[in-house]
Amino acid sequence: MSNPQNILRRSATTTTPPQGRHEVEPVAKLIDVSRCIGCKACQVACMEWNDVRDEVGINGGTYNNPTDLTENSWTVMRFTEHENEQGDLEWLIRKDGCMHCADPGCLTACPAPGAIVQYANGIVDFDSDKCIGCGYCVTGCPFDIPRISERDSKSYKCTLCSDRVSVGLEPACVKTCPTGCIEFGSKADMITRAEQRVTELKGRGFAEAGLYDPAGVGGTHVMYVLHHADKPDLYAGLPENPSISPFVSAWKGPAKPIMSAIIGITAFAGFMHYLTKGPKDEPLDEEVFGPEGEDAYLREHTLSAPETEPHEPGRRSDHEPR
Amino acid sequence: MTIQVTRRGFFKLGAAGLATSSMAMMGFAPEAAASSIRPFKLTHTKETRNICTYCSVGCGVLIYSRGDEAKNAHQQIIHIEGDPDHPVSRGALCPKGAGLLDYVKSPSRLKFPEVREPGTNEWKRISWEEANERIARHIKADRDENFVATDSEGRTVNRWTTTGFLAASASSNEAGYLTHKFVTSLGMLAFDNQARV
Repeated sequence: MSNPQNILRRSATTTTPPQGRHEVEPVAKLIDVSRCIGCKACQVACMEWNDVRDEVGINGGTYNNPTDLTENSWTVMRFTEHENEQGDLEWLIRKDGCMHCADPGCLTACPAPGAIVQYANGIVDFDSDKCIGCGYCVTGCPFDIPRISERDSKSYKCTLCSDRVSVGLEPACVKTCPTGCIEFGSKADMITRAEQRVTELKGRGFAEAGLYDPAGVGGTHVMYVLHHADKPDLYAGLPENPSISPFVSAWKGPAKPIMSAIIGITAFAGFMHYLTKGPKDEPLDEEVFGPEGEDAYLREHTLSAPETEPHEPGRRSDHEPR
Repeated sequence: MTIQVTRRGFFKLGAAGLATSSMAMMGFAPEAAASSIRPFKLTHTKETRNICTYCSVGCGVLIYSRGDEAKNAHQQIIHIEGDPDHPVSRGALCPKGAGLLDYVKSPSRLKFPEVREPGTNEWKRISWEEANERIARHIKADRDENFVATDSEGRTVNRWTTTGFLAASASSNEAGYLTHKFVTSLGMLAFDNQARV
């Protein structure tokens, strides 16, 4: 919820956010990929609610429209034609968008204080006003979700309609979904729903049906029911074991305090040097250049210098031996 | 004009900058208190129930408009979404229905009756009265000319086949009944519904 007292984590902040009001049940969105018909009502509802509109794009040869996530299209249906072992065609349609990881790579990577926040209910939200447009969140995201706008150099992605959820509503995509493929509720309830659906799918011949709630990012608050949970890669490259890039973890983990300490120690050493040795006793400008100041001194000495021609590149200096 | 900075002053500034930035990196940055990122945009809007205009499913929609009907406030539709209390759709909307706001706001939306006279390529705005009058006149003229009371064998048929009627899809039972009554009472046989288009 967008209650500032309910924030779990904030980007680039070392002070602890208020921890007193965390008896909030985590929420989750469950996307049953086996039930999606690819109508894209969720894409439209998302734009209508969030007051964004995308450009009329081009046909990329697939049903993906737009062809990729953009700063204005926070969710996109990804269509995959898959031929199964029986030789039948399966049309796998996955609603792509932010997964709202419990351990968000974007938040870990973000250097702008408070530009990315994680609420106690699990929603990971971008505060665009604080975004500096560096793109680290894109690098940090294991699912390649955030997009930087060329217009304002800010990063955008699905907010799980944090403004709706904060007043007790479901996200816009969930509400509009005509087939009931997208559901919303507490994470515990959504896991129960997923288990029911997985049992149903297994009974209908999808032996490998399962829930996608990857542990590598601490679980997600957007989960998928997949008919082929053993091969998530089938669904337009859904990563099997997503995790935060080791470079991001190392740079923002062990490396950061060490680097901060080095800078701090340098400043401290300088200060101690000042205390013990005192300032370097340099003569004042007047003592060096006389009462007229530096300009007058230089003018005088330059004019009286013997035949100093202006130096030209490529020409040998008079001072060098011929 | 050149700004005179002594060498000593320059180093002092540099040291102060380094110290401040390292303080900030160690978490001593002053910061404004966090407020909610985006306020809920429908607080105090007026909610109006309606039916989606597109197809025959007739999903329920909620139209949200700004302005509380105070005499100086001009209402404006700012958001449309599904009506959870509607028995047909229970809050869901297809992509066309979900985009109804853009349909309302469309620059090419027809907002008043227009006529294109024979021999011109221009649409001319007319009043509703004039539109009704012209339609009634055309209906009457065509019916008077083409109404068939009996067929070639003298059997009464009372049919009129040169004009058709296309009804809207999202009509209530009452509106549908009245439409049917009106159309068949004229003898019109080409009667269809937008739901089949």
